[in-house]
Amino acid sequence: MSIATTDFGFVRGAAAVVPFAEHGERSVASKLIIAAFGFWVFLLSDVVMFSAFFATYAVLKDMTAGGPSGKDLFNISTVAIETGCLLASSFSCGMASLGARARADFMYYGGMIATALLGAAFLLLELRDFTTLIAQGAGPSRSAFLSAYFALVGCHGLHVTMGLLFLLTMMAQVYAKGYRADILRRILCFALFWHTLDIIWVGIFTVVYLMGVAR
Amino acid sequence: MSDGETGVPLYDGDIAPGDEPASGAEIAVGIRGYLIGLGLAVLATIVSFYISGTTLVWQPSIPAALIVLAIAQMGVHIVFFLHITTRPDSMNNVMALTFGVFVVFVLIVGSVWIMFHLNHNMIPMERLMQMQH
Repeated sequence: MSIATTDFGFVRGAAAVVPFAEHGERSVASKLIIAAFGFWVFLLSDVVMFSAFFATYAVLKDMTAGGPSGKDLFNISTVAIETGCLLASSFSCGMASLGARARADFMYYGGMIATALLGAAFLLLELRDFTTLIAQGAGPSRSAFLSAYFALVGCHGLHVTMGLLFLLTMMAQVYAKGYRADILRRILCFALFWHTLDIIWVGIFTVVYLMGVAR
Repeated sequence: MSDGETGVPLYDGDIAPGDEPASGAEIAVGIRGYLIGLGLAVLATIVSFYISGTTLVWQPSIPAALIVLAIAQMGVHIVFFLHITTRPDSMNNVMALTFGVFVVFVLIVGSVWIMFHLNHNMIPMERLMQMQH
């Protein structure tokens, strides 16, 4: 099945005919490029914010104040399942993006539903982990290490929660309004957001969990 | 819209971050891209999890190997999932990414470096307590 560029709504490049450009100016970048580039810069600033949490964690990870260290607390098999959920959800999110471009309902909704379920599974596992830690007396107030841990991993979890809301909104918008150019722009921004969260999780499972239990 | 040879569009515009480069491509091509990305990412993840618990290699090399694998996996995600590549029409996206990576590097390496030396040069807490008496 092949898709022609013009019936995409996804038009790139100044010289391309831009069906949704209000002023008909061919020298202006398409709205898709402007919106997605702006969102990309926002995501990079979000990554910079995460790097501050990473730096804090790296500095504080040995300050356990006599309490448990990562080696005593982390359950690597749970982390492996969480990682699998996020990786698979990145793939299904890609399928949803392709489905939206091709206006293939089954692929779009199927991809989005799979992404939502995998994201929700990730969140449930993380929440279960957090409640177990707090029940063990290893809550964020126990030591500087645990404060930094809950801040970093919790911040990622909050982002995933927001991503899920974004996802459900995009499903509802396509359902109500169809594959309009502005909706497709938002779907592209959602895909960027979701894939970026997966990249941050790669940093978390490496620096926090794997390097925490190695040594 | 593309010259067929390289798949590069003939107009000299820009590409949106996350948008896929090949215009008019079949869905199968898109799926293949995501599958390659998923395969490489899963491979890097499995190797990471495996070497974090292994005793086969020299132990101090494990953190370095984990960091290298993580950076490689982030690269895979950026190219195959985010579609940020070094194509000429993706220049703005790459420039923004480069600046972001630079700031992240300065923040993390700088913090760890400074705090390590600060800890190193400080009087140990027990000695400080004795001096106060």
